[in-house]
Amino acid sequence: MHKYLPHTASDIKAMLDKIGIKTIDELFVALGDIKLTKPLDIPSQMSENELRDHFEMLASKNKNLLSFCGLGSYESYDFSIIDALTSRQEFLTSYTPYQPEVSQGTLQYIFEFQSYVCELTGMDIANASMYDGASSTAEAIFMAVAATRKNKVLLSKTINPYVLEVVETYCKYRDLDIEYVLEKDFSFDLEDLKKKLNNDVACFVAQTPNVYGILEDYSKVKETLEETGTLFIINQEPSSLALFKAPSEYNADIACGDMQSLGLKRNFGGPSVGYLATISKYQRRLPGRIVGKTVDVEGKRGYVLTLQAREQHIRREKATSNICSNQSLMALTVSIYLSLVGKQGLIELSKRAYNNAHYLEEELLKTKKFKKTTDKPFYQEFVLEYLGDPKVLETKLLALGYLSGYNIKDNLIIFYASEVRTKAEIDEFVKKVGEV
Amino acid sequence: MYDKLIFERSKEGRVGITLPKTEVKDYPLPKEHLTKRDLLLPEVSEVDVIRHYTNLSLKNYGVDRGIYPLGSCTMKYNPKINEELSKNPKFNNLHPLQPDVTSQGALELEYNLEKLLNEILGLKAFSFAPCAGAHGELTGLMMIKAYHEKNKDYKRKKILIPDSAHGTNPASVAIAGFEVVNLRSTEEGTVDVEHLKEVLDDEVAGMMLTNPNTAGLYEKDICIITKLVHDAGGLMYYDGANFNALLGLAKPSAMGFDVIHLNLHKTFSTPHGGGGPGVGAVGAGEKLKTFLPNKHVRLENGLYVRRKEKDSIGNVSYFQGNYNVILKAYAYILSMGKENIRNVGEFAVLNANYVKAALEEYYEVPVKGAIMHEVVFNGLKSKKASTLDVAKRLLDYGFHPSTIYFPLLFSQSMMVEPVETESKETIDEFIDALIKIAHEAEKTPELLHDAPHTTPVRRLDEVLAARELKVKYRDLL
Amino acid sequence: MVDIKKGLFYTKTHEWVKVEGGEAYIGLTAFAASELGDIVYFEGPDTDDVAQGAECGVVESVKSASDIYSPVSGKVLEVNEAVVDSPELINEDPYGAWLIKVELDSKEELKKLLSAEDYEKELANA
Repeated sequence: MHKYLPHTASDIKAMLDKIGIKTIDELFVALGDIKLTKPLDIPSQMSENELRDHFEMLASKNKNLLSFCGLGSYESYDFSIIDALTSRQEFLTSYTPYQPEVSQGTLQYIFEFQSYVCELTGMDIANASMYDGASSTAEAIFMAVAATRKNKVLLSKTINPYVLEVVETYCKYRDLDIEYVLEKDFSFDLEDLKKKLNNDVACFVAQTPNVYGILEDYSKVKETLEETGTLFIINQEPSSLALFKAPSEYNADIACGDMQSLGLKRNFGGPSVGYLATISKYQRRLPGRIVGKTVDVEGKRGYVLTLQAREQHIRREKATSNICSNQSLMALTVSIYLSLVGKQGLIELSKRAYNNAHYLEEELLKTKKFKKTTDKPFYQEFVLEYLGDPKVLETKLLALGYLSGYNIKDNLIIFYASEVRTKAEIDEFVKKVGEV
Repeated sequence: MYDKLIFERSKEGRVGITLPKTEVKDYPLPKEHLTKRDLLLPEVSEVDVIRHYTNLSLKNYGVDRGIYPLGSCTMKYNPKINEELSKNPKFNNLHPLQPDVTSQGALELEYNLEKLLNEILGLKAFSFAPCAGAHGELTGLMMIKAYHEKNKDYKRKKILIPDSAHGTNPASVAIAGFEVVNLRSTEEGTVDVEHLKEVLDDEVAGMMLTNPNTAGLYEKDICIITKLVHDAGGLMYYDGANFNALLGLAKPSAMGFDVIHLNLHKTFSTPHGGGGPGVGAVGAGEKLKTFLPNKHVRLENGLYVRRKEKDSIGNVSYFQGNYNVILKAYAYILSMGKENIRNVGEFAVLNANYVKAALEEYYEVPVKGAIMHEVVFNGLKSKKASTLDVAKRLLDYGFHPSTIYFPLLFSQSMMVEPVETESKETIDEFIDALIKIAHEAEKTPELLHDAPHTTPVRRLDEVLAARELKVKYRDLL
Repeated sequence: MVDIKKGLFYTKTHEWVKVEGGEAYIGLTAFAASELGDIVYFEGPDTDDVAQGAECGVVESVKSASDIYSPVSGKVLEVNEAVVDSPELINEDPYGAWLIKVELDSKEELKKLLSAEDYEKELANA
């Protein structure tokens, strides 16, 4: 007997009798000699206490570092009610909302999640979420390719390299041509975009704040793309959207990105959650689940999965994407976080991240060990040139319990100071940097 | 019944958080980059948020409440200890880019889980980068493509898929840049080997197969099928959506599969979370192990390190995929242990055959012979009500219905998967409800047509939702 | 009995064609409309020309999607915007709600299509 397996010998006997057979083995005759004759070579069962000890043994081999590195994995305040609510079995242990009458909880929070994404990005319609910001960018490209029937993709070189790696994989197997728009002064180069643009280009994809943390200026992009019928895709860090211009203000056709910074822990990289939103014109190109409002037979407000004819279970190989699920529990987490933080809170938190990053830059420059690289405006990450050996800096800081900035190339280091870093933490870090 | 949106609880000036004091001064913001929009975000208190989401949760059905017999979804109990273990800050606060030497515990755990799955499936290596089953399918197909391209065998563009397959399979094939070739099923509901022989040629890159298939049948000719495909130069892909039936009892590698995806959120008990996060772990045999995506954990000189495989297809997700989910799958396998893991497959299959035996008097069984972990009925024998009506009436009895109208092989499909964590008593209650409904269909069919009666909302107008699209709060204003 | 209008040409994939001079109106039969159920979306061809037997649009109901195959070849003159805006017209009046208007390449192609009587037999045998 095992605690997760309730059948007793008499239960098994009664069930076998009903089926009309003598042993469980008879149910597996079709397997023939594929059927294993000896037990699997895995450890013996563990009790809860043994498991706790085993996990603690493993956990103790991890080192929690004070981080000044972002690059797509960010820190945000942890509010206790988020775990309390997302641990509720009704959310945690439910399936995708296929039976809407007993899934209104899930359907409504997805509707609210879509509302948040649309509100932040200024787009008309968002889906129920994607795996992460990298795959949502790839799916945004597929949308543009389908809508324009063109096969070439222009990507800004200032997009996070971890996003680019995923986009490259997706495009390669879909036989799409990728070309990069070069960077100039740590931002995408408009002149290079103009040079590489032609009638075969389905879309131009850019990121703001970009990998260096810089707020890019897209005021000339849409008009540049107009002539070739090329769509504009913006990947934007959502915590910046309370303060700074949204994809809609740059007339983007599709907005995408990762929402891990809004209440999700870093968790060694996942689970995260991606968002994908577009303008009404392309709503049927949007992949994944979409929830819509409706009424029941008594006229009561309710929510259902809608526009399902785009999806893989109906369209099979003609579907807009193969995605079935979303990152539902993470979409719930983000929604609860945004509800709690509210309008003023979101503005205040992004200002704090902005201020902390600017304070850190100012203090690091005071150590005389760095050179400023650009005067472009930045948000919560920024890039400096280190005058010493970046590897030595990284190693020495690691020994002191710090995850230093990300050495992207040569002597360039991208630093990050989230809203949760205190002045004392920043001061102490800068002091240690100065001593290296 | 509570029906407010969080936006409708908003009152100007309310706050939900207390922030710590900050000593860092304000820096001037770049004016030309500031937004001109006035965001319509709620202003609510912490109590508002708790009440709102708690009320929403009460409109959901979960595994902790009762049997959730969705076929092909393997809705088993999600152990609480796994949740507790996954909330360890020493795992939660790891940055994915922190050096391997500072994340040895996390890497060791991933390495250990890979070794356990290698043994359970009979494979050589696993990647946990894919975030869901569909994502795993795409990854596995990309690996098949990369394998043929490495061998300069560029003409292989076709992937064979049985007509019983889930719709995700053909969609993944298209996204991976392949063409779909559909394979007929025999009258018994398994792969038609003669048809397979007809379509096999030197343009076939591989074949995707779910075993047991979506009709709950074990593919009895599996070894013949894999040999035919291999002899034609193709590779075999195992869709592990239904692996629960065989857990501890058979290894897909012995059937001849080269690459597989497992849904850790099905077979290995991690919660579905209302539609994610999952993990579509991809396992590979000898031929494909060097093609795995992202970075792969290895043990080198006593240190766990992350390395790109030499033929890697590239990254399919950020960093390590849905890392936190694998902690739960690892805890599950250790909880079961070698003594019990075999019972999972045995009891899952026993339960499904029991449900079939108990209900075949009332519901049509369209396939012959023994089934595995799920049973497909083709609606009521009496045909006095549709499968949709039966499903909706089950809600009134407090049960979550089975999967309906899938597989597409039968017009009134009801696919029931009574997993191993359900007791005989629970299954009997479910059976009794379905028998009562069968009687109701004869005497009072309107009870079924109008069902459900007791749920938070009743049948919803899906046509209205699609015709008058309202997908965000602003659309309601 | 499903409504089949006399004087039109039909396809096995349940499209109808009405020929007026050198122009043809293409629509979906009452049978197709009732099989699909409540139609919520119609999209016309995204090309300037259509070919006999090739896809020339798509219709969706809540739980299904179906490609429309052009019964004739020719230049697309018009997509019926009234149906794009109100796809339920296909359910309400399948033989009135034409979907696209095409300039016929060749009347020879019409010989390959079914008459109303042939289509009725086709449905009876299905």
